[in-house]
Amino acid sequence: MTDLLGAYRPGRSVLHRIPAGPKLGLLATYGAIAVALHGPASAVVLLVVSLALTLVAGMPVRRTLRQVRGLLVLAVVVAAFQTWQRGWPVAVHVVGDLLALVLAALVFTATTPVDDVLTAVERGLRPFRRLGVRPERVALAFSLVLRAIPGILETARETRAAAKARGLERSPRALLVPLAVRTVGRAYETGDALAARGLGDD
Amino acid sequence: MSTVSARRTSSTTDLALVATFAALIAVCAILPAINGVANVPFTLQMFGVFLAGSVLGARRGFLAVVLYLVVGTAGLPVFTQGSAGPAVWAGATGGYLLAFPLAAALVGFVATRVARRSPAVFVGAVSLAAAVATVAVVGTLGTLGMMRALDVSASVAWGFATPFFVADVVKGVLAAVVAASVLRAFPQLARR
Repeated sequence: MTDLLGAYRPGRSVLHRIPAGPKLGLLATYGAIAVALHGPASAVVLLVVSLALTLVAGMPVRRTLRQVRGLLVLAVVVAAFQTWQRGWPVAVHVVGDLLALVLAALVFTATTPVDDVLTAVERGLRPFRRLGVRPERVALAFSLVLRAIPGILETARETRAAAKARGLERSPRALLVPLAVRTVGRAYETGDALAARGLGDD
Repeated sequence: MSTVSARRTSSTTDLALVATFAALIAVCAILPAINGVANVPFTLQMFGVFLAGSVLGARRGFLAVVLYLVVGTAGLPVFTQGSAGPAVWAGATGGYLLAFPLAAALVGFVATRVARRSPAVFVGAVSLAAAVATVAVVGTLGTLGMMRALDVSASVAWGFATPFFVADVVKGVLAAVVAASVLRAFPQLARR
């Protein structure tokens, strides 16, 4: 089953030490630069920079390769198609940019814990309070999602086992109706529990 | 006094519903693909998006999908094939993700208007809305995203996008059927 801790790899590199908010800003800037630059040379430079970043972050090569396996297949197809249609410089530019951006984003994910990103998002929303955004409600919603996922996964396993026992494992309805109904019931319980504790209201 | 506490309960219930459905979409996306009709495996991410819209309505459904996307972008591996983080927006499928909240809102807008009609009318209208959302919203934004990421023409990108339409239309029908059962079990969901 999927590892719910995410793709974050603890470490002490300089990339791990940049706070989540500024790091997200750096990533966005890097993306903007990649979009602004044209030509095969800049794409190759960006790809080399991104590969260097994965090394600085201490990301294991095999794990990273596994993460981008699907993308590499796509890159080969696109490179062949663009070389055929518009020549190799365009192919290098398109595929180089694509791989450079995805790798840089993977470096961000590998060096930044999910909690830190969500806290940075909540902090980033504070200036919008006067527009009606309530950051503390957003933060509560984040923690509710993280708490609900394991329970719903368990419910999904149970309903699948129940459908199988009735010989209905091929019936999407027998699998999905109990899952959806129990999930809504769970949401109402959560809402009542929050209201009883005076949480989540204005 | 009683109106105040009723409003308070509905505000927290809405928050809980939005967060729980964000989690349900996540589970739908990461569950091992189920074997459906003719043993063709499919993941349920789109089903989860359509279900959020058809059960919660436009506003809450939209927010549930946005919440799901934010948590996944933050690094929780809740996208299909366990992918996560800002990388999903840089790849060829970013346009699809952008379309998900809008698709949920469109389906929810229709679902709210037929929630009190007979189940047959509800399932028909919501399935139709999901099919329209699949082609008009998901198809268009998915195509634009692919054009940007791969620098290909609209017709080539559209050609890549369309093979998934049939499966997504089926998932819309499935979501409508399941939503009708959910609304029967929890009639208070339609009261908004």
